[in-house]
Amino acid sequence: MTVQVLLPGVLAALTGGAKHLDVEPQGETLADLLDALAAEHPLLGRRIRDETGQVRRFVNVYVDGDDVRFQAGLATQVRDGAEVHVLPSVAGG
Amino acid sequence: MTDLLAIGTRKGLWLARSDDDRRTWSLDGPHLLAQEIAAVCIDTRPPAPRVLAGIQYGHWGPTVMWSDDLGASWQETDHGAIRFPEDAGAALARVWQLRPDTTDRPDVVWAGCEPHSLWRSTDGGSSFELVRGLWDHPHRPTWEPGGGGGAVHTVLPDPASNRVTVAMSTGGVYVSEDGGEKWEPRNRGISAVFLPEPPEYGQCVHKVAVDAGDPDRFYAQNHFGVFRTDDAGGSWTSIAEGLPADFGFPIVASPRTPGTAWVVPLVADMQRVPPEGRFRVHRTRDAGATWTELGNGLPDAAWTAVMRDALCADERDPTGIYVGTRDGCVYASADEGDTSR
Repeated sequence: MTVQVLLPGVLAALTGGAKHLDVEPQGETLADLLDALAAEHPLLGRRIRDETGQVRRFVNVYVDGDDVRFQAGLATQVRDGAEVHVLPSVAGG
Repeated sequence: MTDLLAIGTRKGLWLARSDDDRRTWSLDGPHLLAQEIAAVCIDTRPPAPRVLAGIQYGHWGPTVMWSDDLGASWQETDHGAIRFPEDAGAALARVWQLRPDTTDRPDVVWAGCEPHSLWRSTDGGSSFELVRGLWDHPHRPTWEPGGGGGAVHTVLPDPASNRVTVAMSTGGVYVSEDGGEKWEPRNRGISAVFLPEPPEYGQCVHKVAVDAGDPDRFYAQNHFGVFRTDDAGGSWTSIAEGLPADFGFPIVASPRTPGTAWVVPLVADMQRVPPEGRFRVHRTRDAGATWTELGNGLPDAAWTAVMRDALCADERDPTGIYVGTRDGCVYASADEGDTSR
């Protein structure tokens, strides 16, 4: 299956300028998707998650428009053809 | 000869250079714009000096970056120079200290980090390994975070032995005599005003420096209290007499003159400003027995503070002293603090 990952401009430098990436995860969860993304782009993977695998506090991930913090977190199901947005949160007011 | 000064801020890194014996300086930067530079050092051991920076990316987490061309380009390790092993169950929060070892250990660089941890690199800072002896110390679960977080903020490798000294807020001073395998707290004589009894460990030490002439003589600026030990931390005595306040963050020892050290007193933890707003560096020439106020070129009505790594000395003769304030000023002295600008 293929999932489209949409990145903010500030992270595009880590993907050769691409803000849209087609990723083919090995499984159907967000963790599987982020694993596949990190395998291809390790620096990008590290910006999104820390070494324990958790999504960083001020990074928001949306699967088909829904914030995964209010879904199942890293276990959120990601369907074939899904759109996954990675966005910096509002931090600091 | 060029003198180089690295200035880390929350907005990025500036490099100041002087080509006229420290009379005038030019600023180069910002490098790493909008990144917090929580730690920075210049490793002068390689043929080309390496600038190592502990970056706090804000949203995107902490990492170590380095430049071998004085900031023209920066590198970082794909998977992170500092990353906790899986079984540690921890994630790097901030790099607080980067410290090159001696020329006899040319590729060794130490890092002190948050959460409380010590790291050692053998490749010049491209990758670090967790020092397990300290991480697995039975005291670690009881080390509390200071106001800025719980971190190893000071790393002092002894050039002539396998001794490594670290200081932590909180936690206190710990020393290893075998390069990092075994550690013991060495805080006897250091008070902790926030605890009912003087503890074996848990003090909030802000910075430690080693005397130029005696590797067993350390100076410590604590969260209240300025102290000296002459037996590598076995016992400490107060050297705060003669200072206008015993609170502050940095303490720097001269790299060349035994008995000489500098501090920047602040009123108190709940009043982090110089006494009466008079921004002053204080210097001792006799290992803390007496102190001299140095104010030539430093401002009055400076309601600001100096953090623990914002006071440093260069390796020239006479020693240059550099101090940076939280409101973004840097003062340089080419005469050991007598005059600043």
